[in-house]
Amino acid sequence: MTGGIGPGTMSEPLVIIGNGMAAARLVEELNKRSLGRYAIAVIGEEPRLAYNRVLLSSVLAREVSRGDIELKTAAWWRKHGVTLLYGHRAVSIDADIRRVRLANGATLPFAKLVLATGSRAIRLNVPGMDLPGVITFRDLGDVASMEQAAKTHKRAAVIGGGLLGLEAAYGLAKAGMDVSVIHLMDRLMERQLDARASAMLKDTVEAKGIAVHLNGETAAIKGDRRAGQVLLKDGRSIDADLVVVAAGIRANSDLAVTAGLDINRGIAVDDHLQSTKADIYAIGECAEHRGVCYGLVEPAYEQARVLAAHLAGEKAAYAGSVLATNLKVSGVNVFSAGDFTGAPGTESIVLSDRGLATYKKLVLKDGRLAGAVLFGDTLDGLWYSELIRTGAAIGAMRSDLIFGRALAERSLAEAAPPQPKPLAA
Amino acid sequence: MNAPAQHPAAVRTTCPYCGVGCGVLAKPDGRGGAVIAGDPEHPSNFGRLCSKGAALGETLGLETRLLHPMLRQNGALRRAGWDDALDRVGDGFSRIVKEHGPDSVAFYLSGQLLTEDYYVANKLMKGFIGSGNVDTNSRLCMASSVAGHRRAFGADTVPGTYADLDEADLIVLVGSNAAWCHPVLYQRMIANKRERGAKLVVIDPRRTATAEEADLFLPVAPGMDTALFCGLLVHLAGTQAFDSAYVDSYTTGFAEALIRAREIAPDAKAAAQLAGLAPSDVARFFDLFTSTPKVVTCFSQGVNQSAQGTDKVSSIINCHLATARIGRAGMGPFSLTGQPNAMGGREVGGLANQLAAHMSFSAVEIDRVGRFWNAAAMAQREGLKAVDMFDAVSRGEIKALWVMATNPAVSLPRAGFVRDALGKLELLVVSENVTSNDTVRANAHVLLPAAAWGEKDGTVTNSERRISRQRPFLSLPGEARPDWWIVTQVARRMGFADAFAYRSAADVFREHAALSEFENDGARDFDIGALAQIGDNAFDAMPPVQWPARAGVAKNETRFFADGRFYTADGKARMIAPEMPRPQADLSAEFPFRLNTGRVRDQWHTMTRTGLSPRLGAHLPEPFVEVHPDDAAENGLRSGGFARLTSPYGSCVLKVIVSEGQRRGSLFAPIHWSDEYASAARVGGLVTPAVDPYSGQPEAKATPVSVAPVEFKYRGFALSRHRLTMPAGCWWARAAVAGGEGVLLASDDAPDDWRARARSAFGADCEIAEYIDAPASIYRMAAFDGGRLVGCLFIGPAAHAPQWDAVKALFEVEHLGATQRRGVLSGKSTDGLAEPGPVVCACFGVGLNTIRAALRDSTATTVEDIGKALRAGTNCGSCLPELKKIVSEKSCVAQPA
Repeated sequence: MTGGIGPGTMSEPLVIIGNGMAAARLVEELNKRSLGRYAIAVIGEEPRLAYNRVLLSSVLAREVSRGDIELKTAAWWRKHGVTLLYGHRAVSIDADIRRVRLANGATLPFAKLVLATGSRAIRLNVPGMDLPGVITFRDLGDVASMEQAAKTHKRAAVIGGGLLGLEAAYGLAKAGMDVSVIHLMDRLMERQLDARASAMLKDTVEAKGIAVHLNGETAAIKGDRRAGQVLLKDGRSIDADLVVVAAGIRANSDLAVTAGLDINRGIAVDDHLQSTKADIYAIGECAEHRGVCYGLVEPAYEQARVLAAHLAGEKAAYAGSVLATNLKVSGVNVFSAGDFTGAPGTESIVLSDRGLATYKKLVLKDGRLAGAVLFGDTLDGLWYSELIRTGAAIGAMRSDLIFGRALAERSLAEAAPPQPKPLAA
Repeated sequence: MNAPAQHPAAVRTTCPYCGVGCGVLAKPDGRGGAVIAGDPEHPSNFGRLCSKGAALGETLGLETRLLHPMLRQNGALRRAGWDDALDRVGDGFSRIVKEHGPDSVAFYLSGQLLTEDYYVANKLMKGFIGSGNVDTNSRLCMASSVAGHRRAFGADTVPGTYADLDEADLIVLVGSNAAWCHPVLYQRMIANKRERGAKLVVIDPRRTATAEEADLFLPVAPGMDTALFCGLLVHLAGTQAFDSAYVDSYTTGFAEALIRAREIAPDAKAAAQLAGLAPSDVARFFDLFTSTPKVVTCFSQGVNQSAQGTDKVSSIINCHLATARIGRAGMGPFSLTGQPNAMGGREVGGLANQLAAHMSFSAVEIDRVGRFWNAAAMAQREGLKAVDMFDAVSRGEIKALWVMATNPAVSLPRAGFVRDALGKLELLVVSENVTSNDTVRANAHVLLPAAAWGEKDGTVTNSERRISRQRPFLSLPGEARPDWWIVTQVARRMGFADAFAYRSAADVFREHAALSEFENDGARDFDIGALAQIGDNAFDAMPPVQWPARAGVAKNETRFFADGRFYTADGKARMIAPEMPRPQADLSAEFPFRLNTGRVRDQWHTMTRTGLSPRLGAHLPEPFVEVHPDDAAENGLRSGGFARLTSPYGSCVLKVIVSEGQRRGSLFAPIHWSDEYASAARVGGLVTPAVDPYSGQPEAKATPVSVAPVEFKYRGFALSRHRLTMPAGCWWARAAVAGGEGVLLASDDAPDDWRARARSAFGADCEIAEYIDAPASIYRMAAFDGGRLVGCLFIGPAAHAPQWDAVKALFEVEHLGATQRRGVLSGKSTDGLAEPGPVVCACFGVGLNTIRAALRDSTATTVEDIGKALRAGTNCGSCLPELKKIVSEKSCVAQPA
């Protein structure tokens, strides 16, 4: 196996390890900016074209087909001259000689290397984790296992009441299983939602037929030849033939270790997404920027955009992302962004409508929007994210802000003082 | 063939508000309401209606109506049957008269009553109980005009007609905000001005809406009208306009009147100084008056409601007598009546200082009326006028009082004192339309459900002596009965069945007409003998009739006094020497402002009827005080803030309106708000009990008061489908809104307190939506029931009081759309905001309707286009499958809002 040859004879070899959403977006962004400058090769462990991981639960829920979640067609990759090495695992990086070694022994030279290796699910350190029927929820293979389990088994437990866990639970429920969610904390999605939104989420999730067990610390998974129950430390026991562990993720940084890069919780990168070694970059869930590992797609896309610009020779820097969370569960609109905890020095504005099951909280700090939690009505989530990101002064918009962009901006325009008339000569 | 339309024909009737007496066409809608239009054939209005008249259809609901008699038993008012209620009234009055004499009882009547109601009440008290104690709220309105007329003409005669307003070349309005209080007549004046070039002079301490059209506005000092007209008389005496032949032949007292006038205002300059006017303006007025033979001087409450009201009327009439400008087309003094049937009340003698049918308490007249009535016990002397009557109630001398169709606990001077006095009565009977008002709540013992406008059947007389029918177009609701019937039933129980054998309003009317011509022979102005034999059918069909309507006269004159024949003993008019004008009460350091009171355009009296109309409530929804900008600045008052007005008799808290039109040192506050409609706006409670010595009319427009700013931390409003009970200690004012009521409020209670109140007020059955901005002290809530807004409360810092217009509009909507509901608590209109529809792209907040619209107008044709145009699907991509589906859909119909 040799390095891909790009369209330009002077092209520098750019190798991307990881064939996920960050990688696909990086290629797309690079092609917009610097067509021909790089000969791009993408190495992916999964034996398929890059797909939209966000939609895994939708596949499970049969709301979309497998084909629908493919990010780019094979023809697209071909057309853009990308050498796709999917089904291959990179095993080491020699930073000094700038080569990547694959599991099959082949090596690839690079001028620039991008690690987009993503993350993997944390496995619990409890007895029974190795039993058949205990899986994580990360890729299409996991989806296939869950679909298979749904055919022969009835009861599923999802450990983890975060974004991923709830999406998995929803998918399993749609696939016809009786689903219980076991969550360590006293409320669902506690990092993305405040208490009130969590409570509303719980009601909504339960209304979809999913049982929710809060304050549930897993002690063991029991079963003879297969998972049969999840035992909690407080003695509760939940029957489950399928146990999906969605209790958090960890950056895939093993490969980076071989390159001698600095690693904390993820691969440490600077504002150019460059690791501690020149010309080696990391983006997406494997990267740690300013001490933060992001677990969402949007920061990965932002990083891809910045890195593409950087690689194209443009001035670009990544300053971190404002976290915005969207739960992909049909009929449950949940959104949060920024710091919505209501820390000292902040001011909260709340709008709720019990009949519509909507709830919004905006948190202001120093006259600027610092955070937002939306439940039920998430139409203006992006706008709030942008306001948080740009730090624009809210000023006169304060009282209209929570009613959405259309109303707030119109009111602002109407309230604008008329242009001063020129003074008479 | 089509079936004939089932809609009933429109009924011709007469408006129940001011004294203009406009004809109304009421077309019942079959659901208890009616479509209201002006009657094009009525000679008072020719089809026009003012805002109040036009909104009559909104006041017909039964929500606030008293529908059955109620008796106080063990401290509480309880429903009772008519027999029990009438027995209680009849027995009570009989017993108290027997024990304490006839003057221990009294009736307090109203210009809202029909002539027939008035007639039987007056007859019962003055001919059968034997007391003169019948007075009426006309005392607060017209008494000085009555006294002025009687003093000058020997009878309470309005000499002119409305046609004079069309034919005059100069119209002088004194103490009249006709633009708001007699709008249809005012429009007639304006038409004359526009079409014939008539000049309009407005004399009023306040620059009212009426003054806007004036050729000359004279902002007279409060109470100093007499000085101006004395100056005018002096001026006229030295000009060609003075008609010495008429004065010599038909009047007496001119010399004395002129001497007094010269003492008061020897010339225009002196008049100007006394009246606080620019000498050039006064000179211009005098010149205009002198050089314009066709002049009508209209006067209303600014003249009447004064401790020298009768002198003011006299000083005006003097000028018309001196120039013989009276009783001829386009000329004359013209009293504009405040109430729909003040004139009818005067005709039957429903005032304490009248007996009946324009007769007074002379021995001859007592005898005449007694014979006509076959009276059991004729009153031998005048009774107590309103203010004195309630004083006597307070002293315990009057022990039983029957109040009909009026609300003295709000409208009388010292209204608080009056309310307390009512509480001392052994028997307080109230005939009412509404279940609750301030008078009802002043310890009434018996409530009698009276027929209301639209149900009542009888006659009213307007300012130009025109008798018009009020006809029923709705059936009597519940157990409501006409007032004449109620009084008749009580009279029968008191043993006077023979004299009160009426079967119908027509029976009463015929007797009333017969009395007017009884032993008359032209000696009395009021004579409608031509109608004494009118049949029931003819009464039903009776067109508007102007009196006199003497029997056997082919064509009655429509004006009085052009011929110089007056109703005094010698047949001559009296010119009266008025007293030196000055308001009765002096200003002081403690009470340095003069409080003027009056009406606003869209409310009537104590709002028991107009308060039901959302349209009328929108004009000026809050009780207010108008203050001159300099006075406001000196006293720390600001527009939109609040002020406490205090007099020796009471205090109010009102919204401040700073107005250039207000005179310095004067304040103006409207009379309408009662304790039913506001927390502390019963302006009658402040008014001095000083009265005119001749008319007994209170000085309602010159009470010394103090004014001080009142601050509230929070302001807001509530809207509700049901009546809200407001907590003590906060300021509030109620206003009708479509489909419910609105309350404007101000308070020092924290938003959290209001949150608790709102949650209990709107019940657990509703879906509650809330907006809470605690750091900004803002709380808003809305209650929904099945998609309908059923209530809301908005409260926030006073400096940024929430506005209710947009929310009111949503309150009227039967079912709110998604965008409307989303925006209710913003307090802003959602009109014109796009209805994005259900969210498709959650990352970028793109709705289904937005996407479909882009496809429809070809902004986008593919999923990629949608991404470029709307960004939908370009972040996490999870909506791409749905976008594909939307694009592939053939039909692109937006979701309904």
